[in-house]
Amino acid sequence: MSMGHFAAPRLTLRFFPIWRRHWLVWRKVAAPSILGHLADPVIYMLGLGYGLGSLLPEMGGMSYIAFLAAGTLCYSSMNSASFEALYSGFARMHEQRTWEAILNTPVALDDVVLSEILWAATKSLMSGAAVLVVIWILGLSHSLLSLWMIPLALLIGLAFAAIGLIMTALAPAYDFFMYYFTLVITPMMLLCGVFFPVSQLPEALQALAAALPLTHAVDLARPLMNGAVPPQALMHVGVLLTYTLAGFYISLVLFRRRLSR
Amino acid sequence: MNPVIQAKGLQKSYGGHCVVDGLDLSIYKGECFGLLGPNGAGKTTTLRMLLGLIAPDAGTATLLDLPVPQAAREARIKVGVVPQMDNLDPDFTVAENLLVYGRYFGMQDSDIEARIPDLLDFASLTSKRDAKVPTLSGGMKRRLTLARALVNDPDVVFLDEPTTGLDPQARHLIWQRLRELTQQGKTLLLTTHFMDEAERLCHRLAVMDNGKLISEGSPRELIERNIEPQVVEVFGETSGQWADMHAANFAQRYEVSGESVFCYVPEAQPLVMHLQAQSTLRYLHRPANLEDVFLKLTGREMRE
Repeated sequence: MSMGHFAAPRLTLRFFPIWRRHWLVWRKVAAPSILGHLADPVIYMLGLGYGLGSLLPEMGGMSYIAFLAAGTLCYSSMNSASFEALYSGFARMHEQRTWEAILNTPVALDDVVLSEILWAATKSLMSGAAVLVVIWILGLSHSLLSLWMIPLALLIGLAFAAIGLIMTALAPAYDFFMYYFTLVITPMMLLCGVFFPVSQLPEALQALAAALPLTHAVDLARPLMNGAVPPQALMHVGVLLTYTLAGFYISLVLFRRRLSR
Repeated sequence: MNPVIQAKGLQKSYGGHCVVDGLDLSIYKGECFGLLGPNGAGKTTTLRMLLGLIAPDAGTATLLDLPVPQAAREARIKVGVVPQMDNLDPDFTVAENLLVYGRYFGMQDSDIEARIPDLLDFASLTSKRDAKVPTLSGGMKRRLTLARALVNDPDVVFLDEPTTGLDPQARHLIWQRLRELTQQGKTLLLTTHFMDEAERLCHRLAVMDNGKLISEGSPRELIERNIEPQVVEVFGETSGQWADMHAANFAQRYEVSGESVFCYVPEAQPLVMHLQAQSTLRYLHRPANLEDVFLKLTGREMRE
């Protein structure tokens, strides 16, 4: 690996035409995309929330479906960004050679990677906003503070897009992503307080959960939905931003190496 | 006049294997310059270095008077690229491909829209304006890729094997368009391994093998410099025996390849008269061409 690969990212507004390209593609497939990103988490939320919830008097001081709703917003934002950064990102980089076409123009790789992260985060934003609308319709939140869950969905998207792109940069083929989803995303869903409080876990797993980004997202989302300012909000935001910046830099270095061959 | 593209001592290795080995190149405005070579000769790596997409291990390059890769981004504002493999956006229509690509150059939508009719006309795709890319034929996709490379009205166009995989009709249309571009004063740098393409299109050529330029000049110069002017190809089951017994009497240089014997001669008449008397052999007498030069310089054995 050459020293040039480690240079600081050079960020410019040239990412924007690429973001617009992704947006135009998405508009053409918007209907199935919205269905996939909304129907799936909402079905889980309703099924588990009302089905399992009828067996539980309350969880964390609220109805189970309300408890689950905040977690659902977080994990569906996580999934949207992850699928976009891994599968769609890999398609654009490797299979369709969209990146190659773009890199022949006066646009740098740094701009391309930035556009991928911002686009995947945009998908999270849309997915989070859609879940929030369902939350409102079901009357699970009555606080304007819940509007903060929209920028939170964007932040979750940034963090998971940035981490996910590390995998995209390393992937030889699509199969490779199964490791990430099985070993990272699925445990994250189960350990980070989406379906039950982290405090129910053995202490070792609680310590692990505290290091995972989704835990911090859930710790922000649940109070916001219930109209409270989250305790240690700045720390949680800081963790998610750290994941974003570290993931962006590491993935960029790996993409520079991959595409210089 | 400064060269539009210049390389001095370019070198690039991958994993200890030298892919481009001390390459010097000067290409001038309005030229169509062809880079010929077998697969793996280093042609695509050379193009990528000249575009500033990868950094050379040694040597320098300039593109439109700007150093690359240092100022590659600025240089590429006036460069178009037709890549070896199609990378059109499959989700978009023909016109959308042009619009979206123009934006990468910082062009305003209105300026791109104004250019689209001319680009479509140039690519003979006006009737396909709203067709989706997957519905296009191979030739149409290539023409759209060419039109896309022209969206920013470039001074230089890089073309990496522009007609590979196309049928003769589609190739001829591409050739015609490339000639029009050079007539407009644009500089073209293309790689190919089709000798007829190189011979028809290129003002100057360089033959590349194992990362080095081994001969450079106009197609005519390359033929005159490297090879005897006449070729007699001899075919037939007994051609091998014939070659052992007679070929050296008529041709100073000949090559046996399967059941064919290639005789390179300054004057073909004596050999042709001899062959007319051989009932078991067939022959073909023709002027030497670029393919003969290429095979002489790079050998007949298969690559890869």
